[in-house]
Amino acid sequence: MFPVPAQGGRPLFEWRWVDRHLDEIFERLGEHLTLTAAALAIGLVVSIGVSVVSLRRRWFYVIALSTAGSLYVIPSLGAFAVLVPFTGLTSFTTAVIPLATYTLLILIRNIVTGVEQVPKEVREAAIGMGFTRSRLLWQVELPLALPVVIAGLRVAAVTTIGLVTVTSMLGKGGLGYFIRNGIQTATPNPTSIIVGVVLSVVLAVVVDLLLWLGGRALAPWSRKAASR
Amino acid sequence: MSIIDQTIEWFGEPNRWSWTDPAGVPYRTVEHLQFSSLALAISAVLTIPPALWLAHYRRAQFLATSAVNIGRAIPSFGLVILFWFLAARLEVDTTFWPLMLALVALALPPLFTNTYAGVVQLAQETVDAARGTGYREWQIMLRLELPLASPVILAGARVAFLQLVATVAIGAIVNDGGGLGRYIVDGFALGEPGHGEILAGGIAVVVLALVCEGVFALVTRWVTPRGLAIQSRADARS
Repeated sequence: MFPVPAQGGRPLFEWRWVDRHLDEIFERLGEHLTLTAAALAIGLVVSIGVSVVSLRRRWFYVIALSTAGSLYVIPSLGAFAVLVPFTGLTSFTTAVIPLATYTLLILIRNIVTGVEQVPKEVREAAIGMGFTRSRLLWQVELPLALPVVIAGLRVAAVTTIGLVTVTSMLGKGGLGYFIRNGIQTATPNPTSIIVGVVLSVVLAVVVDLLLWLGGRALAPWSRKAASR
Repeated sequence: MSIIDQTIEWFGEPNRWSWTDPAGVPYRTVEHLQFSSLALAISAVLTIPPALWLAHYRRAQFLATSAVNIGRAIPSFGLVILFWFLAARLEVDTTFWPLMLALVALALPPLFTNTYAGVVQLAQETVDAARGTGYREWQIMLRLELPLASPVILAGARVAFLQLVATVAIGAIVNDGGGLGRYIVDGFALGEPGHGEILAGGIAVVVLALVCEGVFALVTRWVTPRGLAIQSRADARS
């Protein structure tokens, strides 16, 4: 589809290019993070809601998981394509909806399993102390499920960061812009492609690490479990 | 004209249902499936034997546990473009190999990890029993560990295939054929008038992915050794 680049094009990596585009790199990095954070926040809120209902109604959990499973199967480009006519070609919504739906499967599953694995004795002790059902959930079960929830959040975050690059098809920014831009200029620019890919991977690793550290700080009792 | 009308009209165009004309949805579907299946087959040949061997002798544990995490961090979109660029630079034909290599690279981690995990989780007693009845090591691997791990391996293949179907669509950006992603990419290039084509391509890709998922579920049930299936049914009931 694109013309094959002429031989002896630009060198594989030019620090000069990076230097000249520093401002833009930070801007796109910011966009990438904004999209990721928005998708994760929406996904987390929806998942907590769905999980709370799922924990009380088994049939709801079955339906929720299979729905989230089917949504997860949808290819990213296909999902964007289906939304474009309704939410616009370059809108934030078009990008965020699929990104958020991809987080649901793993988040719902981890929240529910995390809560279910809270030892029976803990639950009974709390009930014995007079905890109501919702206080039990919010103050005992969910906090104790935190390590498992964080583990799910880490997977969701890393996956989302990779998928955000595809949103550059929508003219959305993010680091995918550099990847796409690398082949759209008259002479393909390898530096741009490499910067996009490498920064996306680095971002995923850094965010994963930060979430891991955050999880350790929030759930210090789980150090042994989390180090596995 | 509304987008829905545009899409219906697009699906109604002559040749749209042709198996031989590149404009046809069946033609692109076959192309899409050929690319993703071939990539899955290549990846399976490359990963399952070494993973089986490594898992049998409990080697490369760290690689097996971290492969999937590493794989997840790699943006498929970036990998496709990068491989395409390198092929163009090296004067290799850019219509087939760059996309195929990117696809294979993306399918390796889930296949490797699941094969490894499927074998490692087997009870040591089972393996010892086989050894006691005189099975050689390679027989244990092929006749015992491989079939018993097959549900887990297939689960990995399913994740890999999902990723492949999604990536072939993305590959249409640089690939001449490009399967069903062709319509989406072409539609994007047209801007506003292309919305009907974008939606039509999107629907086609989504339907294909859901059908593939269903087929995979059936295959898993079919391939799983009967003893395992009976056991898991009993587990579900209890």
